[in-house]
Order: sequence, then C-alpha cells, then structure tokens
Amino acid sequence: MPLVTYLEAIRQALLEEMNRDPSVVLLGEDIGVYGGAFKVTAGLLERFGWERVIDTPISETAIIGAAAGMSYLGLRPVAEMQFIDFIACAFNQVTNYVAKSHYLRGAPIPMVIRGPAGGGVHGGAFHSANPEMYFVHTPGLKVVYPSTAYDAKGLLKSAIRDNNPVLFFEHKLLYRRVKEELPEEEYLVPLGKAVIRRPGRDLTIVTYAAMVHASLEAAAQLAGEGLEVEVVDLRTLLPLDRETVLESVRRTSKLLVVHEDTRTGGIAGEIAALVSEAAFDDLDGPIRRVTSLDTPVPFSPPLEAHFLPNAARIAAAVRDLAKY
Amino acid sequence: MSASPTREQALDLYYYLRLNRSLEELLARLFKQDKIGGGLYGSRGQEAISVGAAYALGPDDWMAPMVRNIGALLVRGFRPRDVLTQHMGRITSPTQGKDGTSHFGDLAVRHVIAPISMLGDLIPVMTGAAMAGRYLGQKIVAMTWIGDGGSSTGAFHEGLNFAAVQKAPLVLVIENNQWAYSTPVSRQAAIRDLAGRARAYGIEGQVIDGNDILEVWSAAHAAVEQAREGGGPVLIEAKTMRMTGHAQHDAAEYVPREMFEYWKARDPLERYEKHLTENRLWDEKTKAEVDARVERELAEDLAFAENSPFPPAELAEQGVYCEGCHTIEANWRRPKEEVMPPKSSVTAAWTVTDFGNVTPRDQAQDQAPKKVRR
Repeated sequence: MPLVTYLEAIRQALLEEMNRDPSVVLLGEDIGVYGGAFKVTAGLLERFGWERVIDTPISETAIIGAAAGMSYLGLRPVAEMQFIDFIACAFNQVTNYVAKSHYLRGAPIPMVIRGPAGGGVHGGAFHSANPEMYFVHTPGLKVVYPSTAYDAKGLLKSAIRDNNPVLFFEHKLLYRRVKEELPEEEYLVPLGKAVIRRPGRDLTIVTYAAMVHASLEAAAQLAGEGLEVEVVDLRTLLPLDRETVLESVRRTSKLLVVHEDTRTGGIAGEIAALVSEAAFDDLDGPIRRVTSLDTPVPFSPPLEAHFLPNAARIAAAVRDLAKY
Repeated sequence: MSASPTREQALDLYYYLRLNRSLEELLARLFKQDKIGGGLYGSRGQEAISVGAAYALGPDDWMAPMVRNIGALLVRGFRPRDVLTQHMGRITSPTQGKDGTSHFGDLAVRHVIAPISMLGDLIPVMTGAAMAGRYLGQKIVAMTWIGDGGSSTGAFHEGLNFAAVQKAPLVLVIENNQWAYSTPVSRQAAIRDLAGRARAYGIEGQVIDGNDILEVWSAAHAAVEQAREGGGPVLIEAKTMRMTGHAQHDAAEYVPREMFEYWKARDPLERYEKHLTENRLWDEKTKAEVDARVERELAEDLAFAENSPFPPAELAEQGVYCEGCHTIEANWRRPKEEVMPPKSSVTAAWTVTDFGNVTPRDQAQDQAPKKVRR
C-alpha cells in the first residue's frame, strides 16, 4: 500500500466528500486553476467544475461571509484561507457572524474554514502563526488541529459533515513530511476526541499538531533514560476532550503541556486550570509548559529555531518534572 | 421599464407603511416606559425604503434586513408581536430572548437572514446566498440594505466586488439617511452619490428618492427582475433622512433644524397618503378601515407581548452548538448530475479574451524602460 502524505490525505477527504455530497463546495484564493498555494485542492476543479471550486478575489471577509450565506441555503461550503494567518482579515465575520448564528438565532452554519498554519518553514510572521486560540475563545466554533495523515483525513470528513462551523488547522510543516498507509475503506475520526499516541506511566505530555511529533521524539529519547512518558494528542481543541486529559494525569500524576502556539493565553493555561480544578489531589508536581516565545514568529532560521519548541526542550522539561 | 402596483398592492403598501410607523411609535412609548432594554433603533422617515424594496421580492427570494428595516420584516410576514417580544426580551420572541432589536430571521419559511450589529457583514453573506440559490438552480434573488455609514466598511466593498465578479443575483439598497450616528455623509465619503460606487465594481447603480414608496418599489422591482435574469448585482441608493437620533437615547442635536424641516415636508407616509387620495385609489372610509386594522393588530400583539414571560435563566446555557438540530435541506431545482462528475468536469485553464485590453506588443512597450531626460 502506498504511503499517503498529510496533504494528500486532506485532498482525499475533500474529494470523497465532494463525490458523496453535491452540497459540498469549495471557495478560496487560487484553489481552482492553480490548485491552491500548497496544491491541496489540485485536480478538484477539473473534476467538479467552476461552480463547486470557486476562485475568489483576495477578500477573506467575502469568502467567509459568502460561505455563511451558502450554508443557510443548505450547502456545506469549505473555505480555504491561503495561509491561516489571513483569517485575521475575516475575524469579525468568523467570530461575530458565523460563531453566534446558532446560539442567537437557531440558524446553524455548517461550514469548514481550513488552511495551512504553523511555523518551521521560514515563512515569517505572517505565514507561520498559530492563531487557534482566538477561536478557541469563541463559543460556537469548533477547532481541529490534526497531527497525522490518518487523522487529517478522518477529521476533515467529520468536520464537513458537522452542523457547526469548524476551523480546521493544517500544519504546513507536516504537509509532506508525515505520511502513512491509510485504510482503503472509508473512515471518519470523531471531533472532540483526544488520542493517546504513546502510553507511559511516569508523566503526561498533552500536545497537538506538529508538537506531537517533537513530543514523541522526546519520549523515545527519555525511554532510554528509564522515563516512560505518555503523549496525549488533543486533535480537537474546541470542544476539549477533558476526560482523556484528566484520566491520563490521574494515572501519571504529572503534566507537561506542549504547544507551538505562543505562551501567554495558549491552551496550556486552560488545561492547567482544568487539571487544577478537577485533579489537584492526583498531582505530584507543578504543571509545566513548553511553548513558543511570546513574540511574533521571526523569519531568519536561527531566530525561528530559537522561537519554536523542540524535542530537546521538551525532554529537558520532562527531566525537570521527573525530579518531583 | 417602470412598473406600477395594482390598487390592491397600492393599499397593501399603505398598510405596511402605516403599520411600520405605528409599531415604531409604540416601541418608542415602551422604551420610555422602560419596557424595552438596550437600544431602540428607529426608521422614522425611512419606512418607504424598507417596505417598498421588500415588497418587490418574490416568495422564494431571500432578504436580510438591517436593524432599521422593521418594515421589511413586516412585509416578509413577521408580525408586530415578533418585533415587540424581541425588543422586550421575552421567551416568545423569534430568538427566545437570546438577542434583541431586529436581529432575527427565518430560514425555513420567510427566507429572512438575520443581521448583526457589525455593518456590512450581510453583503458577503447575501452574496453567498445568491450564489447558492443559483447553484441549486432556484432562480432566486437576494436583497439586503446598508446605510451610508455602513457603506464605508470593508465588508461592503469585499462583498459587492465578489458579487459583481460572480454576477450574483444580489440587490443592494444603500439607505442614505444622511447621518451615521452623528457623522454626516460628507464625512463618510467624498462622493456625492454613493451609488456611484457601482461603477467601480462594473455593476449598475442608480439614485432614487427614498421617500417616494412608488419609486422605491418600482426601482427595486426592476432591479430584482434584472438580477433574476442573470444581469448581475444592482446597487440602489435611496436618498432619505433619519428623522430621529441614532437611537432613542440620542436627541440628534447635531442635526441642523432646517434639515429636519426640509425632510419633514417630504415625509414618505404623508406623501403616499396624498398620492392615494389624489389618484382616487381610496376614500376616507378605506383609510379609516386600514388604520383601525393597524391599531387593532398592534393592541392585540402588545397584549400578547406583555403577557409573555421572560425566558428561564438556564436558557442562557443552551444552543451554542447545533446538535442534531440541522434541518436545512438544499432545495435542488436542477439535476444534481450537472454538478457531479463526469458532467461537472472542465479544463482547468483561464480564458483570457482581450489580454487586459492591450495587445501583448503594447504591453511590452508599456513596460519597456522609459528614456530618462538628464
């Protein structure tokens, strides 16, 4: 069986859902003729035509707004942000129009907003950000951020079928770097469910997206030192799978949260609060976090490498926590 | 081609104008009695634009009002009780008290998409509705309104441009009431006619007298049919005047008194009454009957609203997500096969017919470095 990349898995999800349901349409900048800046939508225009693969002006507000209007007539639009950083241009449309529609007016908006996020590719401050927490702080949205090809495909298919607006973050570093065999038959991965990527008894790392891979690398290294680290991949940030996090921490008694997002206001704070509230008695040490710096993403390679978390930093934090 | 209403339609327009005006007068009284929380945004002087434009839509068309377009909601089949309970925060309101003002809609029956406070947002949304209708083969038109102030937003320009590029069946009515809160339109835009912006998007734009309901209806009717037939979006600027403050709390002392007097003499309701009388479309008795009907309906609906309970506090926790509640089915009016392979397939290439209006040779010359005179 051929190995399928994270990027190709996303394309497969779009293709399968468009084959299955004519109400699924795509819109975004350069997604049609060009196939998308990263070629995620390559070949879809040829297959589904101009009405279902819509090249738009550079107008993120128009893209998100139009997708909302389409959803009210029964379509299931998938809007691409060429880079997820550009969702800032449509912040109002996402947080005020789309997110509040069901709560206020009982008008569901089944739509997906997807796009490449994350650093490590020297994209600079406007092509590398992790803006997920703006949206995790917005009731009414769902926020998904997969780490594997299998999950990317299964979660995107679930997101398209979900009746709520789903923000689907794709880590661009993983696009062509992670690959695996995927099942021949159709499958879905449910939203809102975390997964234990590596079991361990000594300490829990809660993480997501590209940092899952850095955490697994650290865990493999630490196993050689006699430390058995459990790695929990959140997969969905909103709604958060509290049970899986709490269950793991209750077994290991120690928690490290790792994310590529910047430190202040990152999801580590929310998870630390959750664990303090619900599992304080089970903790044998402080809750620690390894995150990016509280700065914009810098451009030059040594600066960006210093900005981002990595396996060595994660391993150092684990060793430190293990002393308690 | 300007259409004119039948006698029945002409009286219908009066009923909605009268109902709109009287309902807002009732709302203002309730506000002063402290029975309405939050803001109360009125449309006194602008009712002809709400009523006349909405009246031009067909039953399957889609509409999204702005906060002041109470008349459009009434034309679309909402009742005064919906507006009253909504402003009073009662459980019986269209949003069950979750939101106030005119922030409500009805996707299933009336095809009304709700507004939010951020102006301009509806223009891309209605562009999407128009595109979806066309995609489904429905031949519908989407209509929305924006103020002179709201036409300064990015969403206005992004939405209208996208609609134009897509040739979406969208009718956008700029309700130029001269004031954006306290800021006059001359401080919003450096052009006299906001409809002039249509040219920048390659679509049709026109200026009309927003205080003449027949002119509004006729222009909207023509625009709706043009958009429906595939002519692309139409921008209508209806000139009018906000005869109150921005909302009930605002005494509008910044508005020159003479300006109020000028526009008071052009009141849309009085003008239309005069038209009906002069053209013998009604008599005293007919007018009295319609007015009595309006009063009776308002009294009934006020009693309904005042007797409606507030929502239970726990309702605040419910409905953030749609779980098993999604009932919107796409209404396909064309064969789905047309949008599925192999019928849907195309050659993925742009057709560039005129090379941007210059020949490749001209372009090369344009871009050649110019001689620099020393």
